[in-house]
Amino acid sequence: MQALKESQKIKKDTIVNDFSLVVATANGTGSQTANLTILRSFFNMGIPVHGKNIFPSNIQGLPTWYHIRVSKDGYVSRKPSELLIAFNPTTITKDINELPSGGVCIYNSDIKGLPERDDISFYPLPVKELIKDIKMPPKQKSYVANMVYVGALAWLIDIPLANLEEALSVQFGGRQKLVDINMPLIKQSYDWAKESLPKQNRFKVEKMNKTDGLIMMTGNEAAALGAIYGGVSFVSWYPITPSTGIVDNLLKYLPKLRKDKNGNPSYAVVQAEDELAAAGMIIGAGWAGARSMTATSGPGISLMAEFTGLAYVAEIPTVIWDVQRVGPSTGLPTRTAQCDVAFVYTLGHGDTNNPVLLPSSIEEAFEFGYKALDLADQLQSPVFVLSDLDLGMNNWMGHPFEYPKEDIKRGKVLDAQELTEVENYGRYKDIDGDGIPYRTIPGNSNPKSAWFARGVGHDEYAVYSEDPEVFAATMARKARKFNTARSLLPEAEVKLNKKAELGIIAYGTTRYAIEEAIDLLKAQGLELSFLRLKALPVDKKLVRDFIESHKNNYVIELNRDGQVFRILQNEFPDLTSKLASIAHIDGMPLMATWVKEQILEDQA
Amino acid sequence: MTTSKRAKKENAIGLLKADYGGKPTTLCKGCGHNSISNQIIQVAFELSIRPHEIIKLSGIGCSSKSPAYFLGMSHGFNSIHGRMPSVGTGALMANHQLKAIGVSGDGDTGSIGFGQFKHMLRRNVRMAYIVENNGIYSLTKAQFSATSDVGAEHKYYGENQFPAVDLCMEAIVSGGGFVARSFAGDIKQLRALLKAALSHRGTAFIDVISPCVAFNNDDSSTKSFGYGRSHELPLHELGYVPEEEEIMIDSLDDGELKVVELHDGSHLKLRKTESDYDPTDKMAAIKRLQEAEQNQEFITGLLYYDDSRPNLAEVNQLGETPLAYLDNDSLRPSKESLDELMASFK
Repeated sequence: MQALKESQKIKKDTIVNDFSLVVATANGTGSQTANLTILRSFFNMGIPVHGKNIFPSNIQGLPTWYHIRVSKDGYVSRKPSELLIAFNPTTITKDINELPSGGVCIYNSDIKGLPERDDISFYPLPVKELIKDIKMPPKQKSYVANMVYVGALAWLIDIPLANLEEALSVQFGGRQKLVDINMPLIKQSYDWAKESLPKQNRFKVEKMNKTDGLIMMTGNEAAALGAIYGGVSFVSWYPITPSTGIVDNLLKYLPKLRKDKNGNPSYAVVQAEDELAAAGMIIGAGWAGARSMTATSGPGISLMAEFTGLAYVAEIPTVIWDVQRVGPSTGLPTRTAQCDVAFVYTLGHGDTNNPVLLPSSIEEAFEFGYKALDLADQLQSPVFVLSDLDLGMNNWMGHPFEYPKEDIKRGKVLDAQELTEVENYGRYKDIDGDGIPYRTIPGNSNPKSAWFARGVGHDEYAVYSEDPEVFAATMARKARKFNTARSLLPEAEVKLNKKAELGIIAYGTTRYAIEEAIDLLKAQGLELSFLRLKALPVDKKLVRDFIESHKNNYVIELNRDGQVFRILQNEFPDLTSKLASIAHIDGMPLMATWVKEQILEDQA
Repeated sequence: MTTSKRAKKENAIGLLKADYGGKPTTLCKGCGHNSISNQIIQVAFELSIRPHEIIKLSGIGCSSKSPAYFLGMSHGFNSIHGRMPSVGTGALMANHQLKAIGVSGDGDTGSIGFGQFKHMLRRNVRMAYIVENNGIYSLTKAQFSATSDVGAEHKYYGENQFPAVDLCMEAIVSGGGFVARSFAGDIKQLRALLKAALSHRGTAFIDVISPCVAFNNDDSSTKSFGYGRSHELPLHELGYVPEEEEIMIDSLDDGELKVVELHDGSHLKLRKTESDYDPTDKMAAIKRLQEAEQNQEFITGLLYYDDSRPNLAEVNQLGETPLAYLDNDSLRPSKESLDELMASFK
């Protein structure tokens, strides 16, 4: 057996709390529970950790990989794995060959024909043998077979069983019965490994205290909670990966959190026949005065284009979450990207501009979840929140969410009483000079309140007009309004390094690879500043100052064409010589080493 | 003059008929749609609807322009082509206490918005959904629509090879609980149907044959005025009687009356012209529509009625306060609830 071969090439030094682990299985085998249990056990051992599910668009059979990054220093970006749990015969050769020298392979020994390597350690698990005595229907048996690798891994890298049991309990939502079914399997496998496998000394985990007070959650769950604490009252949606988790979580929490005094729901969620209808419903609800939102992804955004233009023209508040996946077209529906930014920013035919929020963490998914609803009401505009599959569907550590400090903002809405003091009310009059007019909502009993929402050209009173001057003035006011948005949107995060001649500009979840790359480059003597955009349109002064204070600025993003790079070129035409694009799309989250190499290559 | 005195008459809430009017129409003179707008104005006046308690919605096309010409003191939304139902659905979930009139056309409903039309009926959103059906795309100059007659001729498009969609049939099979057909020129029947539609529990669909005077008014077209008048075949005579009003029905024998109780407690009285027609019998309605199609007739009147299915707001168990009027405290759950949740994630 390979495991027992002693090779000179196998590295002997021990690495504690600083490695990546990948579990290779087939989709639909129930490995998710096992993987999340491992993830959570690290988390409750106090070790910074993050898991990424790299899965296919498939219900059963295609390969899936679960990457876990364990990092005492708190890095959570994707990193090639040194430790492999190989349970998928289809991919085992490739999976093993991808291990770096000194890697560890724990594999299902029922799989035959492994590639020979003498620079890694092999640990065979006779899965069939280990589960043969379990009394369960065959279908369930294959499901719990995954617990075999959990137990063996625990022995091999020193995960205390108590931490696994606690993780299982969280994973099963405290249902002890399910814990009681799974835990003995883990224990049995642990005991077998202890007896049968030589102790592995290369990769270990040890308890730390770096996750004290932190929470762990997916971005989609955080987004749903953010929307709920932002007072979302009407949701319409159409199922699409990777956004569906937002609505699932809305439906999980709304019944508990949003009941009126008689116990009736003070919200409604309607599943639409397509994304087009979903957009129509949230815009109808926004017009009628409810806080409304939808969650979708690229193809859904395409269907919402015409309605977004209508909401832009009629100035209707609503919120659209786009949990980005790889396009164009069906693209890679279960893989992550930042490829919809340019599209949603100007979604709608004609001159359309939409405010876009760019969350990078679960904390920001929550914060932007409620802020987006405020901003939509304040700006009387559709507001997009661009998450991505990586943030939305994976589990992330974060600080517990802070309750919103400010009251809910409903923007410029006139009620019947307030309207009595308004002379000659006009729906689209720019009274305050900020481009934002005053609206009334249906049900307002003041006879002056009625106006006719429409996508067609209209004057300040919302009356049909094809007058060239009126149209030009309306479009100019809307441009003014969009400029007002710059000061209302979340401000970019700037980490200015006084010694740096180079800057990086990025947004969303690429921050993790970039922040790690900045540290790697610093260790090599290259200093960098970092500006992370949280919204579009940008704060002109802040971003200009940043760009100007560096010789060159890399705009790093997860798409092919450098979409935000182009937006910044448009915003700052006089600074284009100081901007360079580093853009990449292959469906995978960025890696710090890749970012580092791109910058070094450019500097060479 | 007596007529001007009559026009100045106030309704039960002190409004004049003129208060229910809108901007002057920009549709063609003699367009059937204008006649429908006038009946909506008349009906809203007669029912003493508070202008802020009703909304009007539409899609795109000649018909969809018409909400600008009625109920000028009510909020309205002229949306995009074929999508009035979704906008209406969202609006009526945001404020389920509102009454609503949705106006659409045969292109808007029968072609581009066919899916939304059917899904609205399926969801049973409480709205009077009126199709002003002229069997043609008028605003883009006379292309065939889904309700154009098979065999109709056009100088560029040749002969229409496809059967006309029967919107009433589609409404019935989609789960509609109030399906009617009328004719823009039949004022009395249209008013009665509109009144009943505005009291219905869910989606009340009325397909109103509304001839286009510009493009489709050749007497050979089944949607022309001339054709409509001579081929209209009323199923019942209708008298809508709100509870606060005295019952005014022309001499009817008891045996000729069918009383349908509406959701809000008012009654719709149907006078059968075909003694065996039962509007609560779905199969009979479908059969009758099929027969009419074979005979190239319009069956007018309430074709199908069933108010047993809850509307969308009822399905969602919405409370009294509309979602749009929740105060900030109702919108945002407490700090304690968030702290409790956060503790569960540690």
